[in-house]
Amino acid sequence: MKIIVCVKQVPDTAAKVVVENGQVTWGDAPLVINPWDEYAVETALLQQEAHGGDVTVISVGGEEAKEALKHALAMGCGNAIQVSEPALANADSLVTSQVLAAAIQKIGDVDMVFFGRQAIDGDVGVTAAQTARVLGWPAYTLVSAISELDPGNGSIRVERSVEEGRQVVEGKLPSVVSVVKDIGEPRYPSFMGIRKASRAEIPIWSVADLGTEVSDPVVTWPEITNPPKQEVLTEIVSGDSSQEIAETLAGKILEEKVL
Amino acid sequence: MDFALTDEHRMVQHMVKGFAQKEVTPIIKEYDRKQAMAPFVLPRMGELGILGICLPVRYGGQGMDYIALGLACEELEAVDSTLRVVMSVHVGLNSLALLQWGTEEQKEQFLVPQSRGEKIACFGLTEPGAGSDVAAMDSTARLSGDKYIINGEKMWISLATMADHALIVARTNPDAPDPHDGLSAFMVELDQPGVSCGDIHGKLGVRAGSTGWLSFQDVEIPRQNLIGEEGEGFKIAMSCLDNGRYTVAAGATGLIRASLEASIKYAGERRAFGREIGKFQLVQQKIAHMVKSYEAAQLLYLRAGWMKNQGVRNTRETSLAKWFATDASFDAASEAIQIHGAYGYSDEYDVERYLRNAKGAILYEGTSEIHQLMQAGFALGYRDDVPLRCELPAFNVDAWRNE
Repeated sequence: MKIIVCVKQVPDTAAKVVVENGQVTWGDAPLVINPWDEYAVETALLQQEAHGGDVTVISVGGEEAKEALKHALAMGCGNAIQVSEPALANADSLVTSQVLAAAIQKIGDVDMVFFGRQAIDGDVGVTAAQTARVLGWPAYTLVSAISELDPGNGSIRVERSVEEGRQVVEGKLPSVVSVVKDIGEPRYPSFMGIRKASRAEIPIWSVADLGTEVSDPVVTWPEITNPPKQEVLTEIVSGDSSQEIAETLAGKILEEKVL
Repeated sequence: MDFALTDEHRMVQHMVKGFAQKEVTPIIKEYDRKQAMAPFVLPRMGELGILGICLPVRYGGQGMDYIALGLACEELEAVDSTLRVVMSVHVGLNSLALLQWGTEEQKEQFLVPQSRGEKIACFGLTEPGAGSDVAAMDSTARLSGDKYIINGEKMWISLATMADHALIVARTNPDAPDPHDGLSAFMVELDQPGVSCGDIHGKLGVRAGSTGWLSFQDVEIPRQNLIGEEGEGFKIAMSCLDNGRYTVAAGATGLIRASLEASIKYAGERRAFGREIGKFQLVQQKIAHMVKSYEAAQLLYLRAGWMKNQGVRNTRETSLAKWFATDASFDAASEAIQIHGAYGYSDEYDVERYLRNAKGAILYEGTSEIHQLMQAGFALGYRDDVPLRCELPAFNVDAWRNE
């Protein structure tokens, strides 16, 4: 099987993300591989271990994207490709999907492409579906289990975690799959993987290398603002008995029109 | 001069941090209260390769450098000191001593399974009546044919009840004019007849770790378990401490960071007199001191790690790093409690555990007083490092990573 995982480098979850002068900033907080993408890498590696083949990890981004790629290599992916182009700085998810699809087509003969459910910076969560659309492949999104996979027959059966419950979906390969947390805890990078990743020379593909060009984004962000600050007042409800405390609390909840 | 960590170092940090935060943070309070070591900790650290992090691949290790060892210790102790203690005794005090002083046969027999985490190692120097005054120890090793007969008791031994191997120091020559020259070092397999061990309970800190005692009663060990030569025991023990103290320094740096991060978080959440307490200058002063301590402690241990990588003797620098970081970690934890107010005094928050754990490191592997004497001794010219017969090997990336 030829498997691709698409990953993104994002600010650490502990970073304080704010808007300064109309630009989103996270200060000098460290960047890490998008935590959801670690689940995608894990799923890809599990499929490779079960069915053979190789896993290639792709990221669209500048120099910082290398760290996400090296993390995936250290987890066990065999190859990494960075797609870098200054014109992609303002790409929306559709432009990113077009570039990813072109990279996937350039690699050729791909059976499966994995994504995390969303990136924790933009939280858009549609890149997997859009990439599938550009490729003309089926998209299985929010997948919590791959219950059957038969590369020889080109068939797949997955469970999707949707709001109403679980949904079993069967389909054909090649396909694009985005995974959720229930798919399984990602492994840590191994020291052997770290040694390999640190030595890896990651090829950089430009958009021209992909035989395509950067289209204009459909979605732009003309204005970004911080959410209004919320003043929180804390009041300790006291009383001689739990009955009295509960009555006072109920009175305050009604008074504030919370209920 | 380059202050940047490599990609490899950052990946090691991230990996070790991931393990500690995901797997140990959720359970640490429970085991600290129980005064017991979580049973999965040692096997998991072995499985992940952390127990052999800086040992050459051909000896079962992971082929990382000494800086990676320090970074791992910082990340581990940022979650709990007991994790770093494992590294101090298993790697710092025992495995690195085998790398430095052991014969090829000893490395095959002891170091390879230790690096792989298949066997757990500890270090026995301190005795009920001999701590800083090492030469006052009572334990003996008598040569009888092709065996040594070991008798004595070792106290305050981390992992005493968990370990398979112990590197111990005992007296082989009671008549040596200088009692330091009468000591020798041995590897002892702890499943031997005559070995008994137990845990010590009721400690102030490091409660989720194993600290205990080892007793040897006519324990026979093969002559080839002598590490180095007869009479080299004190020098070997001191070289072990150069490595153990390095891990303690790096770990204490992590403890300072943990206190700092907890304080920043709480100072941003807790409000008093109509504003968050981080806005008050006296709280800011405490935070500023923690920042200063953290960054200075980190620079000191990274310098010591760099010297180890270069193969440069680092007794003075490692001692300085250990003294500074451990004292500073106690101060940081104490001030973190002060920032947390009454909440910090309860185990609802982690900072009280940080304080209890910090105190131990000021006592073991050289009290702060010993380190002050060492620093003054070096500065005044009363003390100098004599070259050792076997120095800790410099990190060599090719040699470390050959299969």
